[in-house]
Amino acid sequence: MNYSVPFFTILYKEVCRFTRIWPQTLLPPAITTALYFLIFGKLIGGRIGSVQGVGYMDYIVPGVILMSVISHAYANVVSSFYSTKFQHHIEELLVSPVPNWVILTGYVSGGIARGVMVGLVVAGISMLFTQVGVLHWGITLAMLLLTATLFALAGFINAVFADSFDDISIIPNFVLTPLSYLGGVFYSLAMLPPVWQIIAQGNPIIYMINAFRFGLIGVTDVDIVLAFEMTVGFIVFLTLLSLWLLHKGVGIKN
Amino acid sequence: MKALSIHNLKKTYNNGFQALKGVDLEVEDGDFFALLGPNGAGKSTLIGIVSSLVNKTEGRVSVFGHDLVKDNEKAKSCIGLVPQEVNFNQFETVKNVVLIQAGYYGISRKQALAQTEQSLKQMDLWDKRDLVSRRLSGGMKRRLMIARAMVHKPRLLILDEPTAGVDIEIRRAMWQLMQEVNRQGTTIILTTHYLEEAESLCRNIAIINNGQIVEKSAMNSLLQRIHTDHFVLNIAQNLRAAPVIDGYEIELADSQVLNVAVPKSRGLNRLFQQLSGLGIDVLSLKNKSNRLEQLFIELVQ
Repeated sequence: MNYSVPFFTILYKEVCRFTRIWPQTLLPPAITTALYFLIFGKLIGGRIGSVQGVGYMDYIVPGVILMSVISHAYANVVSSFYSTKFQHHIEELLVSPVPNWVILTGYVSGGIARGVMVGLVVAGISMLFTQVGVLHWGITLAMLLLTATLFALAGFINAVFADSFDDISIIPNFVLTPLSYLGGVFYSLAMLPPVWQIIAQGNPIIYMINAFRFGLIGVTDVDIVLAFEMTVGFIVFLTLLSLWLLHKGVGIKN
Repeated sequence: MKALSIHNLKKTYNNGFQALKGVDLEVEDGDFFALLGPNGAGKSTLIGIVSSLVNKTEGRVSVFGHDLVKDNEKAKSCIGLVPQEVNFNQFETVKNVVLIQAGYYGISRKQALAQTEQSLKQMDLWDKRDLVSRRLSGGMKRRLMIARAMVHKPRLLILDEPTAGVDIEIRRAMWQLMQEVNRQGTTIILTTHYLEEAESLCRNIAIINNGQIVEKSAMNSLLQRIHTDHFVLNIAQNLRAAPVIDGYEIELADSQVLNVAVPKSRGLNRLFQQLSGLGIDVLSLKNKSNRLEQLFIELVQ
């Protein structure tokens, strides 16, 4: 079988879904971002001055973009795949000869597409407030795609285990959002007390945001190579876990 | 070649419930096959395993010679499933529901568009193609599920209670449709609670109870095993007690209604003669129950 057909069918379905409901998927990050830049950038940022030699407004742009990418790549897959389970049209996929890896790459690509699209919307809004450019295109694009992939995979696993709509909101609300806000979006690690600097290094999002920030404005608190190694490592682990869960039929087969 | 071959199929759920206890079943290519059983007998589990919705515990399933585990993609490509419950995305249009399913089977978009049109026209849904599928009536939703199951032209179509809850007019139309599909060469496995449906459509039958096949034979030979027919007679006179006639079991259901068990060896002529002799005029008669229903009850009790 030509696997590109089922792959693009899933991807097309996913892109149609989140673009059809754009007031729920694409509009809110634009408004939230505008508020971030207005409050943290314009009103408070002016009093903070510069961080690592960069104006505060410019400093927060990469983190705000990547935070939106993380939450939307995750949200797209967790809500879409769980709805597919909830409405039982997951059965359409299970009865058809679509291999598990195509199901996974289809849904994850849908999450990446939404994450990147939201990232572009947020970047566009940020241009209204700052003039941040891209210093290292390769690092920026690679980290954008890798981060979207990682959190799309995490959303997929959340959806596999979810038994109710509560289950798909617990991780985003109580794990993902705190880790994102504490992931160095609005501050440098150097601004934290020494103990908290050590604790913060256990937060994987710190590495992704700093690598992305390095790509855009050339400043970072962490080793870029370590950030890429960690992100790729997590992706490999979550991909293998997702494929194993699909193979076993956890959460989707009786 | 067998359309479906099942050997020693067992399923034990996580809670310890053993739904299938070693099922062996074969369905011939081109057959119209009925799989019957009471609620909880194991029908849905069996169909779930064949259509890859349920993991088996033990045993082997092959579809047109393709092992469901070793040759999974080829086996799945041969099957079309019409499930009991509506399971399509109700926010998609009618056309997209079928088109997306065609994509899952690897059918290129151009070909998929043509086959979607053909499938929807066959189910008389083409004029509804742009309607959001949740707005369809119950009968149309069932037809949409058949159209979706047929879009990749499966060699084996599994219909899990396809006419449940639809009115008699639509049910009859669906019977004709299923017969036409079967005539065109598609093997059909039907589960239903309407035994009249199974009796009139299917050539072979298996009855499952408590996770085991308790009967498997040709429909005709199974029906020939019935030794007694049950009739309801409407009579002209008002009776206080049932008449007693040697060789027949007669109950008074109402003052003008008799339930009569008629052994095939004795027939109806003698009964009418005896009733006439007793001054009882029969106005009309009808079968008390479907013939298959009687056998079904005997086999699963």
